[in-house]
Amino acid sequence: MLSLLKEELLMVGKPLVSIVSAGLSKFGKRDGVYARELFAEAVSEAFERCPNLNPKKDIEALFVGHMSESYEHQGHTGPTLADWAGLTPSAAVRTEGACASSGVALRLGIMSVLSGLYDVVMVGGVEKMTHRSTAEATEYLAMASDYPFEQWNGMTFPGLFALMATAHMHKYGTTEQQLALVAVKNHKHGALNPKAHMQKEVTLEQALTSRVIAWPLKLFDCSLITDGASCVILTKPELAQKFTDTPVHVVGSGQASDAIGLYEREEFTSLRAARLAAQQAYEMAGAKPDEVDVAEVHDCFTIAEIIAYEDMGFCKPGEGGKMIEEGVTTLGGRLPINTSGGLKSKGHPVGATGTAQAYELFLQLTGQAEKRQVDDAEIGLAHNVGGSGATATVHIFKRG
Amino acid sequence: MAEAQPTFGIESFYKFVGEGKLMGAKCNKCGEVMLPPRPVCTNCYSKDLRWIELKGNGKLLTYTVIHVAPKQFEALAPYPVGIVKLDEGPQLLGMIRGVELDKIKVGMSLTVDFEKPSSTQTQWPTWPKYYFKPQ
Repeated sequence: MLSLLKEELLMVGKPLVSIVSAGLSKFGKRDGVYARELFAEAVSEAFERCPNLNPKKDIEALFVGHMSESYEHQGHTGPTLADWAGLTPSAAVRTEGACASSGVALRLGIMSVLSGLYDVVMVGGVEKMTHRSTAEATEYLAMASDYPFEQWNGMTFPGLFALMATAHMHKYGTTEQQLALVAVKNHKHGALNPKAHMQKEVTLEQALTSRVIAWPLKLFDCSLITDGASCVILTKPELAQKFTDTPVHVVGSGQASDAIGLYEREEFTSLRAARLAAQQAYEMAGAKPDEVDVAEVHDCFTIAEIIAYEDMGFCKPGEGGKMIEEGVTTLGGRLPINTSGGLKSKGHPVGATGTAQAYELFLQLTGQAEKRQVDDAEIGLAHNVGGSGATATVHIFKRG
Repeated sequence: MAEAQPTFGIESFYKFVGEGKLMGAKCNKCGEVMLPPRPVCTNCYSKDLRWIELKGNGKLLTYTVIHVAPKQFEALAPYPVGIVKLDEGPQLLGMIRGVELDKIKVGMSLTVDFEKPSSTQTQWPTWPKYYFKPQ
């Protein structure tokens, strides 16, 4: 029964929903600008891009990713953000999946439209982080790991990804230089993105000689603590033309979970939740990894991008290091990855990251990515990871 | 009537750590060993569990050296932390002590030890400490 229902709802390759607009605040150190104000900035861009939409009448619900109320001592974020973005009295729901909070929001938004309950919803995310000291921000981020068994043993967030890096280096011979090349590439892309936090290139030498944070990871292996917000507007595919001539369809969506503690997992060189989410999304889309033209992957640390290449099937397990070396994923290569600059250079306001990836792919698939446009991009993939991989979402997008 | 067992969970685990013991839960129904112990078997959902003591010997699967540490650990930095696969099967994360940083290797044999004197605090948010050292 369930599988029949699923087949009807999810015909392979059929658009699940359509994205008709998207918005992104400027990412960076936004002194004096609060989360709700950042979110309103992203939302206003989405409305400006979509003049046929009547926000007060059309937007029926908001799903918004937000990791932590600790930053601003502000809970009940769903309605707070809806209120300041002019979206009340629509239903407003905050979702939390650590750094995948808005990947989760996107998936819930898709499900809400697919269910038939809503015609048009907004999904988004926000985090305001930089007014806190690095120590405080690090502490709040670490809350996404296992407190009594990881944090209590002196583990940090960079430390968890460093454990993956050591394992990957030991098993496959991945090098610190290959990790650094991810940072060099993403800064190169971010330098072309006017909304990126750090719009400047870095050299391999700078990346390799930056100070050690959690060996083998150095400062330039880590993404940025950033303020920012993002959103996209979803509707039923049959209604998309009412709002835009150039929609982007979501054709695949996957999500999975894993043990909260990294130490419990069978392997540290791959994220099972991300692999499973990808498998679901590819199956739903009827697409294969080699059909993807452009991707945004969760490079919270450089090793995470290398593992993402392997988990998304862009290369074989163990060949991620080689893939970055060969320049395949740099703009101009066969499969440009993180054209936005990624979490590394565009920045990582954790709750905003999932829908910020969707924003970049919306631009790419509608030919609006300007200096970082990938020629004739038709299929895009977004890979969003929460914590050390206990949550993962993967979405596949197709030009309408 | 069987003697009442300590509750299978985080506080009992750390209470045992304070007594210098690494204790896990074994499912009487399916044989699953859970470390840290949990109140319900995550393999077969049985609550029919018993305590087992683990020797604490195992091999280092992966490690890192934390240079930028949380406030309460700053005085120790740089310090190594690793994941150890115990001979009995379960895996556990812990600090590594008693070995120079450049002598730490994936695959090396380690054994668990316990901080002395132990903390008497066994409730959230602080517990007694265990760590790993060379065998």
